[in-house]
Amino acid sequence: MEQRPNVYTDDKLYKRLLADKDITIDDALENEMVINMGPQHPATHGVLRLVLRLDGETVLSVVPELGYLHRGYEKMAEDMSYIEYIPHTDRLDYTATLCNNVAYVLAVEKLLGIEAPKRAQYIRMMAAELSRIAAHMVAIGTYAMDVGAVTMVMWTFREREKIQEIFDKLAGARFTTSYTRIGGVGADADSEVLKMVKDFLDQFHSSLDEMDKLLLGNRIFIERLEGIGVISKEDAVALGLTGPNLRSAGVEYDIRRAKPYLFYNEIDFKIPTYAEGDCLARYFIRGDEVRESVKILYQVLDKMPQGEVMANNPKHVLPHKTEIYSKMEELIHDFMIINYGINPPVGDVYFSAENPKGELGFYIVSNGTGQPWKMKIRSPSFCNLQALSKICKGAMISDVIAIIGSLDPVMGEADK
Amino acid sequence: MQFKELVTEKLKNQFSDSIVEVTDFRDDLSVLIKKEKIVEVAKFLKDDGDLQFAMCKDITAIDWATRKKRFTIVYQIFSLRNNFNLRIKANLDEEPWQIESVTSVWPGANWYERETYDMYGVIFSNHPDLRRMYMPEGFQYHPLRKDFPVLGIPGSLPLPKVIK
Amino acid sequence: MGLEAKLNKDGFVTTTLDAIIAWARKSSVWPMPMGISCCAIEMISAADPKYDLARFGSEVMRFTPRQCDLMIVAGTVTYKMAQVVRRIYDQMPEPKWVIAMGACTSSGGMYRSYNVVQGIDQFLPVDVYTAGCPPRPENLINAVMTIQQKISKTKARDFQDIPLLNLETAKN
Ligand code: SF4
Repeated sequence: MEQRPNVYTDDKLYKRLLADKDITIDDALENEMVINMGPQHPATHGVLRLVLRLDGETVLSVVPELGYLHRGYEKMAEDMSYIEYIPHTDRLDYTATLCNNVAYVLAVEKLLGIEAPKRAQYIRMMAAELSRIAAHMVAIGTYAMDVGAVTMVMWTFREREKIQEIFDKLAGARFTTSYTRIGGVGADADSEVLKMVKDFLDQFHSSLDEMDKLLLGNRIFIERLEGIGVISKEDAVALGLTGPNLRSAGVEYDIRRAKPYLFYNEIDFKIPTYAEGDCLARYFIRGDEVRESVKILYQVLDKMPQGEVMANNPKHVLPHKTEIYSKMEELIHDFMIINYGINPPVGDVYFSAENPKGELGFYIVSNGTGQPWKMKIRSPSFCNLQALSKICKGAMISDVIAIIGSLDPVMGEADK
Repeated sequence: MQFKELVTEKLKNQFSDSIVEVTDFRDDLSVLIKKEKIVEVAKFLKDDGDLQFAMCKDITAIDWATRKKRFTIVYQIFSLRNNFNLRIKANLDEEPWQIESVTSVWPGANWYERETYDMYGVIFSNHPDLRRMYMPEGFQYHPLRKDFPVLGIPGSLPLPKVIK
Repeated sequence: MGLEAKLNKDGFVTTTLDAIIAWARKSSVWPMPMGISCCAIEMISAADPKYDLARFGSEVMRFTPRQCDLMIVAGTVTYKMAQVVRRIYDQMPEPKWVIAMGACTSSGGMYRSYNVVQGIDQFLPVDVYTAGCPPRPENLINAVMTIQQKISKTKARDFQDIPLLNLETAKN
């Protein structure tokens, strides 16, 4: 059989290559290359665009380019009433819609100085934790898919689908829930919903273990992630990382514990942390958080009190529809709130909640009218993305994908 | 002593003449300072052993439209050690709207300042890379200013060319 | 396909051949998932085990435009992104179809704001609009089926004068 010429050892070929005046060895070895990645790329989780400078396969520097999904949230907020804005919060971090709803209404309630009834708070807690599980399911699934385990995305979406069915029952929509109201929640969680949640939790553990078995028994998965994309504790704090990304670097900071909102102070749960700060730790931490959420949910179901789901505060809280149709006073209040807004006092508040991606903060400036004078959204994905160029420096090009997946940005809220 | 009082007291001792106002609304402490002192105050808050505001969570601006001091820059900072959120504000009083960048103190401020520049046109001097964050390069306006309409200015952003 | 270009008149052979080609085309629509925002998650849901887009021959989501014949634009298209969407559309080979998934792509939806294109039909030819914010996966599947119906009515010679890929437009 005829031997195929080998580029490296075949003298003739090598000489011929050398003789080519258009390519010099220096060219091939020393030139840096600039490549563009995204905004339409399966691994950039939406419309993130990166411009990378490469030396061979090593990344010298990364410039993220945002704004492909800038929808003008903050501008629109100035133009609508506080209640009108609730559906817009769904679309911030669209993997965890209910968490955003909850964070937003809590911010407005802080500004108003009112509180929702206890049952409503518990329902919110339940909704937020379910939503957290759903978001982490997307995160884990797409992350694993990015590094090559395509099965995972099917499995995690199967679980997510069950949660969305619960939302369908609870809020009336699978996905864009807009469920919370200022001073309460849109509808009571009836026994059917609670039973659905319970059933979901009961079977969820085994599927979680199944997923772990699939990934952690897989050497390729581990070796692609271990020791990749390390960020130190100091850098993580300095760059303003929050959420799982911060905790995987060894900082035990979780707003549910640090500044308990809702009734997280009555619930017993752990805050998982890892010291490594690499991609594998960022995978583990999401799995652990999901397990903690399951624990929280069981307790929430146990402790759920009976009672009202909307606060009784006619100046700020919308009355129930049936009352509007039957009582004069409620009709007037409804008319006033819808037409003139809830008119919070003059002042500014910052409220932040622990979202699946990190700290979601709302900074609201009110001038006493029905519309916010300014609403600033501190979106966790935006801040987490800032660490990208730091982490990617010196990594291999194929690791960039793993790193983006592990930071888990959602462009809807990063671009606002 | 409560931490809130400690912060106020320390700041007042250190920068007696540049602290304009301290407010406490709904349990949020916010300190209004003179804009010239922003970097010094930031450095002090970060490096002081008792305070250690190591994390900058957010930077934004408020456009007051008709006031003479049109813009207020707002910094949300956080001390992990004391678990405390503090808000610093600084008023900009005249054009050009400009303030010193705090990226040298908090590296994370980089993108927040870029965003504020993009949205409000406030210039952060000594910023390492002051470009637009969201809007395309070449866009002339700053969308979050109050004189910019919500629906935008027709023709300011091009649609793609359609070649038949 | 080359052959269809020769068949300019209707006749038994042509109509039968047309039917076969249309049937083959419609049963193997490969979508290009232009997932931009929230709707993208529901688009993935449509492909997941519960809704299973594969039943309609459309589960082969390819992220490169050259392999696709159906573009599902899922999510809010901003002015900055519009350039990219159009460019990717231009790189898809003929024949090609477009689904505008969700209120945002159809009309701008809830975003009456400075940076959102009020309907992608301003720069793309859209075949099917899907209502909803986001449309439920069933609705997306319905849209794919509508596209299939549309394809089944095409004749092979409808496409004969169109070059497979216009390099000039693809480059723009
Ligand atoms: S139609 Fe609704 S769900 Fe879809 S992208 Fe627009 S806002 Fe998001």
